[in-house]
Amino acid sequence: MSAQPESARADSGLAHNRSRAGSGGPRYPGWLALPAVSWYVLFFLVPLGFIAVTSFGEVVGFSDVAYTWSLDNYRYLWDDIVGEIGLYRTIFLNTLKLSIVGTLSTLVIGFPLAYYIARYAKHKTLLLLLVIVPFWTSFLIRAYAWLIVLDPEFPVFRALGLSGFIESQDLLFTPKAIYIGVAYNYLPLMVLPLYAALERIDWSLVEAAQDLGDPPWRAFRRITLPLALPGVLAGSLLVFIPLTGEYIIPVILGGNKTFYAGNLIAQQFLESRDWPLGSALAMVVIGALTIALLVYARALGRQEQHG
Amino acid sequence: MTGRRLLGGYAVLAYVFLYAPIAVVVVFAFNGGRDVLYWQGFSTKWFEVALRTPEITNALKLSVLIALGNALVACVLGTMLALALPRMRPWVRTPIDALAYMTLVTPEIVFAIAALVFFVQAGNGVGLENPLGWQTILIAHVVFNASVVALVVRARFVSMGQTLEEASYDLGAGPLSTFRQITLPRLAPAILAGGLLAFTFSFDDFITSFFVTGPESETLPIYIWGQLRFGVTPAINATAAMMLGFTLVAVVVAYLVLRRSGQEREGTALPGV
Repeated sequence: MSAQPESARADSGLAHNRSRAGSGGPRYPGWLALPAVSWYVLFFLVPLGFIAVTSFGEVVGFSDVAYTWSLDNYRYLWDDIVGEIGLYRTIFLNTLKLSIVGTLSTLVIGFPLAYYIARYAKHKTLLLLLVIVPFWTSFLIRAYAWLIVLDPEFPVFRALGLSGFIESQDLLFTPKAIYIGVAYNYLPLMVLPLYAALERIDWSLVEAAQDLGDPPWRAFRRITLPLALPGVLAGSLLVFIPLTGEYIIPVILGGNKTFYAGNLIAQQFLESRDWPLGSALAMVVIGALTIALLVYARALGRQEQHG
Repeated sequence: MTGRRLLGGYAVLAYVFLYAPIAVVVVFAFNGGRDVLYWQGFSTKWFEVALRTPEITNALKLSVLIALGNALVACVLGTMLALALPRMRPWVRTPIDALAYMTLVTPEIVFAIAALVFFVQAGNGVGLENPLGWQTILIAHVVFNASVVALVVRARFVSMGQTLEEASYDLGAGPLSTFRQITLPRLAPAILAGGLLAFTFSFDDFITSFFVTGPESETLPIYIWGQLRFGVTPAINATAAMMLGFTLVAVVVAYLVLRRSGQEREGTALPGV
């Protein structure tokens, strides 16, 4: 479009349109983006700017914020992270662990399912829709469901005489319960991009490799896996990123006993009333996430160059 | 082939995993007793209780109204954005694209507290005593739902090709009548699908709503949250079952609309994919 000759623009309307037709681009004016962009700037970027500024402030009195432009909050967090007690360090490491375990478990559970739907299933759209439906139902309700199912008094356990066994496992309100809830709630987000990648695979390639003597696992590793990789990466991002701020599941299934970045931030706003510290924590999460994504993008770019 | 059978069996298990917990919630909505964990005979009384509890019905009403308003605004903003983006120069488009994606990938808790700080401080700045309420929930929901609609509509807009629009322009129609007569009818299924997605995302949203709401605006997820933390009755299960029914109807409608439009023209855009 930028290559469009200047003379064409000066031409009559019809000729003008014809010259555009060659570029094949749609013809709606760019200012149509203005309302959405203004909304994003005013209600998304500016609020992020507000917490950036607030993170350099301090609390005065009960919950008022004084804008002192001090680095105290960051210094406090840094001292803790490199210090001996490492309260916040533990919480950030817990968050990293939750995000990694959550991503890997949805990948392990989701891959065979997406593979089956993409390669073998007859009613692909229906089966895919059945994966999406839980994703569209309330996140809270899905977490609540596990509150019932993981209870040692859950009728099925009592009927099976497993109550004692389950009780000894003591799942509810432990990190294990959180992991189960995370794997459950985030599974659809992983399956969708996996399916999208697997669905495009030409399976005759895999069959050809096997006909030429590759055992199934090697055909999988050499053909299916590389072709599915974009889906694996997209799904991992979709699960990993929101998990860094996960708030609901640690509270409902973890009994708010194990702290992660998400419920730590929430606590500063709901209970401690320390908005500056909460804002600083949020900035740390955004910063860490941005760095992680940049590293990820670079690794991806390098891999594409080599592949 | 044994591998295929094995995978089929695994898929069945995976679907059981996906649906059994939801089924448990629904089954216990029909429990006659007060306790969620002890079955005391079939009864629909908790549905009546739920529908007669003013907190629940008011919360439901508020949630539906916010979700509707959000879907409407998000559809207008998102569709306009989707129409504008494809022909922009890369140096304009790239940052807007990045911004739209950022609204979708920022951890919700971060956005929620940012919106809270912004609404309170900007509100106090212009002299509002209590700036938080249903309005702030609506404004915040539109931020990420406009991106959802833009994503769905744009995929359709780009894939359907522009020959009809070109013809319309060449025949002398302006952008407005071209939009009304050509683009809007062709995009309608995608806009509807995007709107339904925006509706469900807003209707189900808890974190953002929870942080930017005022004392008098309780949406259904906020009510449920309170109950979950301070003691549940099967009325919650009944409410959940009704919400599930609601979502299922929306999903089936979206599926049918998209399938019909997919049969008429090639290429379906599944919402959420």
